[in-house]
Amino acid sequence: MTHRSIHHAALLANPWNLPANASAHGPALDHHLLLNLWIALALLTLAHLILLIGILVRRRDAGPAPSAVWRIEYLPLAALAILFAALTVRAERLWADARYTGADPAALQVEVTGMQFAWYFHYPGSDATFGTTAPQFVAPGEGNPVGIDPTDPHSPDDFVTSELVLPANREVDLRLRAQDVIHGFSIPEMRLKQNAIPGQTVHIHFTPTIPGTYAILCTQLCGTGHFRMNANLRVLSPADFITWLASKQKAATP
Amino acid sequence: MTPQPGTPISNPSAIIPKRARRVFTTDHHTIGIQYLILALVSVIIGTTLSLHMRIHLSWPQLNIERILPGSYLAIMTVHGTIMLFFVLTTAPQSGFGNLILPAQIGARRMALPLINALSFWLTALALVILCSSAFTDAGSPLSGWTAYPPLSAVASAGPGQGLGLDLWLFSIAIFGIAATMSSINTLVTIIRFRCEGMTWDRLPLTVWGWFTAALLSILAFSVLLAALVLLFCDRHAGTSFFIPTGNLVNGVIHSTSHPGNGSPLLWLHLFWFFGHPEVYIAILPGMGLTSMILANFSRRRVFAYRTMITTTLLIGLLGILVWGHHMFVAGLSPFATSAFSISSIAIAIPASAKVISWLATTWRSRPHYTTPMLFALGFVSLFITGGLTGPILAQPILDQYLHNTFFVVAHFHLIMAMSGIFGLFAATYYWFPLITATTTKPGRLMSEALGRWHFWTTLIGAYATFIPMHLTGLAGEPRHYSQLAGIPNAAGQLIANLRPLNSFITHAAIFLACAQIFFLVNLVKSLKNGAVAPQNPWHATTLEWHPSLATNSTVAASNEKIAVYRSPCEYMGPEPESFLTQWDTDSPIHSNRE
Repeated sequence: MTHRSIHHAALLANPWNLPANASAHGPALDHHLLLNLWIALALLTLAHLILLIGILVRRRDAGPAPSAVWRIEYLPLAALAILFAALTVRAERLWADARYTGADPAALQVEVTGMQFAWYFHYPGSDATFGTTAPQFVAPGEGNPVGIDPTDPHSPDDFVTSELVLPANREVDLRLRAQDVIHGFSIPEMRLKQNAIPGQTVHIHFTPTIPGTYAILCTQLCGTGHFRMNANLRVLSPADFITWLASKQKAATP
Repeated sequence: MTPQPGTPISNPSAIIPKRARRVFTTDHHTIGIQYLILALVSVIIGTTLSLHMRIHLSWPQLNIERILPGSYLAIMTVHGTIMLFFVLTTAPQSGFGNLILPAQIGARRMALPLINALSFWLTALALVILCSSAFTDAGSPLSGWTAYPPLSAVASAGPGQGLGLDLWLFSIAIFGIAATMSSINTLVTIIRFRCEGMTWDRLPLTVWGWFTAALLSILAFSVLLAALVLLFCDRHAGTSFFIPTGNLVNGVIHSTSHPGNGSPLLWLHLFWFFGHPEVYIAILPGMGLTSMILANFSRRRVFAYRTMITTTLLIGLLGILVWGHHMFVAGLSPFATSAFSISSIAIAIPASAKVISWLATTWRSRPHYTTPMLFALGFVSLFITGGLTGPILAQPILDQYLHNTFFVVAHFHLIMAMSGIFGLFAATYYWFPLITATTTKPGRLMSEALGRWHFWTTLIGAYATFIPMHLTGLAGEPRHYSQLAGIPNAAGQLIANLRPLNSFITHAAIFLACAQIFFLVNLVKSLKNGAVAPQNPWHATTLEWHPSLATNSTVAASNEKIAVYRSPCEYMGPEPESFLTQWDTDSPIHSNRE
């Protein structure tokens, strides 16, 4: 196949331009999104056909009789209402699955901190407990960008990275925080987006499934460097993740 | 007792020189034109800014904004603020509201002339203050028209967030006061100044649009004003309504000496309680006018007229219950998110009812394709296309992917900006004779040939610009990125893949802007040399074409009693001449209709 035909084949397979999904909840979300997009396209076509045919065909003088209002207006409206209600029910179910309950207690814990203009990822270390953080300890020059309290006994084994590294097929519970202004934590390939808000910790959980490197973006306007505020998400096989974690913990151990 | 609005108010002051009196006038017709001129200036500034953004994204090597590093975001902020407030709010509501509304209800003036003049000059002052922010040392603010704190609450959060943002706050506060006064004027006029026989169900749908938008304005702008005052206090009075304890910006901890522990989310609630009704304020008058124009050139009554009135009010009511859909991923409770999702999707029902009515009105009508009719049909098309992505974005699980991508940019530019501007173009072409008429000169018509060129190029340009944005958004491209090249990490690849499509969008945007030259040429030519309009050039049934309500009428100042005897849109067949105006005293032929 030529380059061009490969391009055409890709466009046919993915006409809506969605990036590949690599999360456990993604296939259901994509399915629902594509269903919505095809329905919208069908209604768009139908409405424009009615509009165009309506203004082009021979005139019928009286126009639709007012008594036909039930047939012409309220019946289609009821059909649309049922359609939108069905889509809403499906969407709310997916939303409830994703957000109504917290993560499994066995989920991997990572604290994500957004600041102008970087994301940092705080792992709790071998004691599985995060050292406390406070703004007065923030010192990016001294390797403490998220402000871990050095006097907290849970702190010494903690480590902070500038890329998010996760094992495939294990649920992760992210605690989103923001140091200065609101930031938007978004991983398109994980079908995930949640703002990080100063003064608040927001939990979000998901399960990556396919190992690879993915983009973490900022999707809430946060200042001049907003466009370059991003990081990589590296999803590793469980075995590779254990090796990576061990090397990080060894380096962190005092 | 409704005052019979027969007499124009006597000249308030003979001391003011004549020339000044023509500028600082309380005459609603002149104020309406002043608003339209203000909106025209604003839309030219706003369009120029949007082209700057597109050109900077596609061809950064041209380096057209070398003044300041944050200038892309400053340009974006001013673009959004100008277009939302000074174009889409002022032109339909205050511009055409002043020019047409009194006559459409059989009145000779607006109810509160002094308040009317004051609100125009405050709006003009607000525009000057907003533009002046560009000439401060650090430039205009960069926090967008939504101004989320702490970015907007702390001056050190970015260039332009100091004096620039203070000027933005003043500008919007003054605009809000002016919009509230103008809305009170609109409401009082509609409630008290309807002529004899102008019952509520005989009001043209345009008047229902202005009425609902004015109600929303009063509710929405009062909440915005409160939010602006709180934000000002956070910036200058040491309060922390929106700043949490321990907020660390640029190495400085804010809000420790005043441990208020405020919440940025409070601003989002207050802002979007205003912001969502605001977009309906922008579009409701256009919906009303589209209904009336479709009916007029189809020579049919608007199908399901009473349902149209109901859906206008219903859209207004639901509009104040849906603000949370801007906050699905902002940290709202997931249960509140579900509630806001349901109220938001509910708007699809009255909106669909309007579309069905429009389709039924034009069905097998073989309408007259005048330029106003073309723009009204374009409004319907853009409203459908932009509207259908609304229910998609109202589903939180999908918004979790689409929020703040170009999919959203495409959605609101089609449904609000493009539909809104098509409504304004339809209004301009349709009412041009009434805009141009003076007491001594007859009104003129705009050129139909140039109008057709303008319509087709604008329609193609609008779709070519905003349809591809759905695709870049679905691919994950976020809004508010000041450059698409030189982005590090995996994100760089994701954005770089979209550069061909973005280049196409930029070309289309330039085409769309150039298409407006047809309009400007038409405007300038027709003001002086347009064909002289007959008394009722479109054979319309509504009162703004009443011979003694027209601006150039020799009997305008007379005390001739205005009364209406029927609903609008009494057409009797396809021949343009067979119709009954609202003021015709003949017995209604179609009295069995509704």
